[in-house]
Amino acid sequence: MPSFENITNAIHTWLTTHLSAGWAFFIELVLVGVAAIALFAALGLVLVLMERRVAAWMQIRLGPNRVGPKGMLQSLADTIKLIMKEGLTPEGADKFLFNVAPYVVMIAAMLLLAPIGFARNLQIWDLNIGVLYISAISSISVIGILMAGWASNNKYSLMGAMRSGAQIVSYELSAGLSVLAIVVLTGSLRISDIVQSQETGWWIFKGHLPAIIAFVIFIIAVTAETNRAPFDLAEAESELTAGFHTEYSGMKFALFFLAEYINIFIVCAIGATLFFGGWMPFHIGHWDGFNHVMDYIPSSVWFFGKTFGLIFLIMWFRWTFPRLRVDQLLNLEWKYLLPISMVNLVLVTLVAIKQWHF
Amino acid sequence: MFITNYIKEVWGAVKSLAKGMKLTGYYFTHHKEIITQEYPDNRAELVLPERFRGEVVMKHDEHNEHACTGCTACELACPNGTIKIITKFDISPEGKKKKALDTFIYHLELCTMCNMCIEACPTDAIKMAQNFEHSVYDRRQLTKKLNRPGSKIREGVE
Repeated sequence: MPSFENITNAIHTWLTTHLSAGWAFFIELVLVGVAAIALFAALGLVLVLMERRVAAWMQIRLGPNRVGPKGMLQSLADTIKLIMKEGLTPEGADKFLFNVAPYVVMIAAMLLLAPIGFARNLQIWDLNIGVLYISAISSISVIGILMAGWASNNKYSLMGAMRSGAQIVSYELSAGLSVLAIVVLTGSLRISDIVQSQETGWWIFKGHLPAIIAFVIFIIAVTAETNRAPFDLAEAESELTAGFHTEYSGMKFALFFLAEYINIFIVCAIGATLFFGGWMPFHIGHWDGFNHVMDYIPSSVWFFGKTFGLIFLIMWFRWTFPRLRVDQLLNLEWKYLLPISMVNLVLVTLVAIKQWHF
Repeated sequence: MFITNYIKEVWGAVKSLAKGMKLTGYYFTHHKEIITQEYPDNRAELVLPERFRGEVVMKHDEHNEHACTGCTACELACPNGTIKIITKFDISPEGKKKKALDTFIYHLELCTMCNMCIEACPTDAIKMAQNFEHSVYDRRQLTKKLNRPGSKIREGVE
């Protein structure tokens, strides 16, 4: 059965037999970079279309249905339009920061791709502090947003960026604490260890109520961290036109737009890895026949299926809930999510020490 | 108790959020609820809601008779001068003079479809029609005469 594992191994052996070790490593790096960019482009196209379809169906509309079969090529047409557009830099803007900001946001999203396990033995960089690395890098994107808001020399942009800063700094706490719950249960920060520990069952089932609470808090916090509705105060089109990317146009705007969707994919991939076993198939106790059938489904299908399920959940939030005010947003974090996740962490620790999980 | 109120609040919030998600989830899975009309693809079988307002028309029956007495209540009710009524005097067989409608002028280009003229009409002579394809090349074509040529007031309408 062809799998990503076989393909990467074949490429690796072919390169090492034909080239010196240094060159083989270099070409592998280039291939990984190209694959990452290709994944980004594909995800951008698919997720934008998916978002518009989900939005339309939830609002009893039809959604894109003119370009291509059933409107499938709509996002491609939009991309071509954005490439053709002029990328303006406003007269009073800080030119250097203004032009660098979209790339900072994009690079932060790209760096997060490294420790994610896409399929069995398909991982760009399995470093031993994977979870710490993710929570560290994910806070870099706020610097890009602040740069964009500051350099635009526009009050809407600056307000959007400041709100985004306040929001990400506060929600990072509860996101970190809910991730920590799984780290406590697993006893490792390495992503491959976390996935391996869920071979007998996913943490959301094995970890009882504390794991479910941690998951709920995680999904709320990452929705806020990716600046999506109901926490889209950084953009808030009815108040701030477009927030931090008001002044951007053309491809520079497209990079922000793409980074938003890539970030959604990444946080959902992390959620799927931590709580739903990453690429691990769904197994039930001793039902061997059922488990074998589940094993037959490729691991990459499991991973992307779970990730897209979570992405759908986040889109469902966006098209259901109204936007919070700034004070409500900070109340929710500091008065509800943070205390609950702290108590929850104590509970998880108790479960882990007493070995109450399966 | 503070802590019970706190838990109640959290529980109430979760419940109301779930309620909203249930509704949008229902719409997501039930595509028959979609209300979008693919005009002009479905121009032949287009069905508009009953209360849709496209333009003001005057009701005429099969004898080419209408119910307008020329009272100008619609003209007075109109907020932006869309309607202009020109009256004349009919001479009844007994030799009495009676005020009647000569021309009902309707400026479609000024009309906001507010429905106030229809509500003001004491004899139900005018109504809102559903035709909405009003584009023309010359705005003079939008000034319409609503009573048909040769029409007269229906017997018995005062």
